[in-house]
Amino acid sequence: MEPVARTDHSGSWSLRMFIAGLVASFRSVFALVLIGTYVGVGALAHDYGFSLAWVMLSTVLVWAGPAQVIMISALGTGAPLFEVALAVFLSAVRFLPMVVALLPLLRSPRTRVRDLLLPAHFTAASMWVESFRLLPPLPQHARIPFCNGLGIGFMLSGHIGSVIGFYLAASLPALLTAVLLFLTPISFLLSTAQNSITLVNRLALAFGLVVSPLLVYFQVGLDLMWTGLIAGSAAYAVHRLRGARR
Amino acid sequence: MSELSPYLVLLVVGFLPNEIWRVLGVWIGGGLAEDSELIVWVRAVAVAVLAAVIAKLTFAPPGALAVAPLAVRLVALGGGFLTFLIVRRSVFAGLVVGELLLLLGGLIFPA
Repeated sequence: MEPVARTDHSGSWSLRMFIAGLVASFRSVFALVLIGTYVGVGALAHDYGFSLAWVMLSTVLVWAGPAQVIMISALGTGAPLFEVALAVFLSAVRFLPMVVALLPLLRSPRTRVRDLLLPAHFTAASMWVESFRLLPPLPQHARIPFCNGLGIGFMLSGHIGSVIGFYLAASLPALLTAVLLFLTPISFLLSTAQNSITLVNRLALAFGLVVSPLLVYFQVGLDLMWTGLIAGSAAYAVHRLRGARR
Repeated sequence: MSELSPYLVLLVVGFLPNEIWRVLGVWIGGGLAEDSELIVWVRAVAVAVLAAVIAKLTFAPPGALAVAPLAVRLVALGGGFLTFLIVRRSVFAGLVVGELLLLLGGLIFPA
């Protein structure tokens, strides 16, 4: 049983935990990863004619590199809004299991649901991985403010990257801008490959890389959605067949 | 991007379809096993959507990336991935080699 929450100075104590989370974010390797990712996002947004304010607001509201890249590249090429929303929706599915897995770390019997919404909003690969590393040693009631500090800190790193990418894309020679823009596909490929530990996810990645160009070549509409459903379901089918054989 | 204000578009096609999963996660809480078959399928679909984004950015890239020809982009992506596999699954090593290949290829074979 943990001690009763302190009533004295609990506000300033929460603030201290928040700042501890903020500081921890800048010490994390993910600060650099996020700057790199958002340099790509900023450069991409500049290339498609979005304003820097719009990009930074999208980081605050969406806070998911893949969803933001999908949104920027699809809106930029004039895809139907319905398809953009659907593609973002599909890409964000991973947050459901991530939040579900994170909750037991944050929640105590006294925790109010609304206090969990902000940590849930900050949930992304960076914050999620670091939470499992940094939260367990902390007392239960320190974890939510610490998490919020961590999330805000990572978001600031993202903003730094966006500003750098946006202005570099505006001023660099074309080939160096290409190098910046290439950050997005290559870092997505490698980080997705790294996170895909199970066979089903590795197959989904491989199938998707093949199916998508075919659909685009044959000018099938809603190609992001169809690639997801076809390649993802095919990978899942292989996973089920192998399971059935064992 | 249509008649809607870009900020309204951001809310409708960016924020809402993305955030719903996080709110659902809080709502469902511990009621859903992380390894349930539905989640396994849904994750596979999500990975394939990401793969589609990677492929589209490589095959039909945004303006300035088209400065490097398709063959150079493919070699850079493949070379980066091979490096990642060889060098202990290091994202950083793969990224550096991929970017260097793109830069060199772009210099040698301008589009």
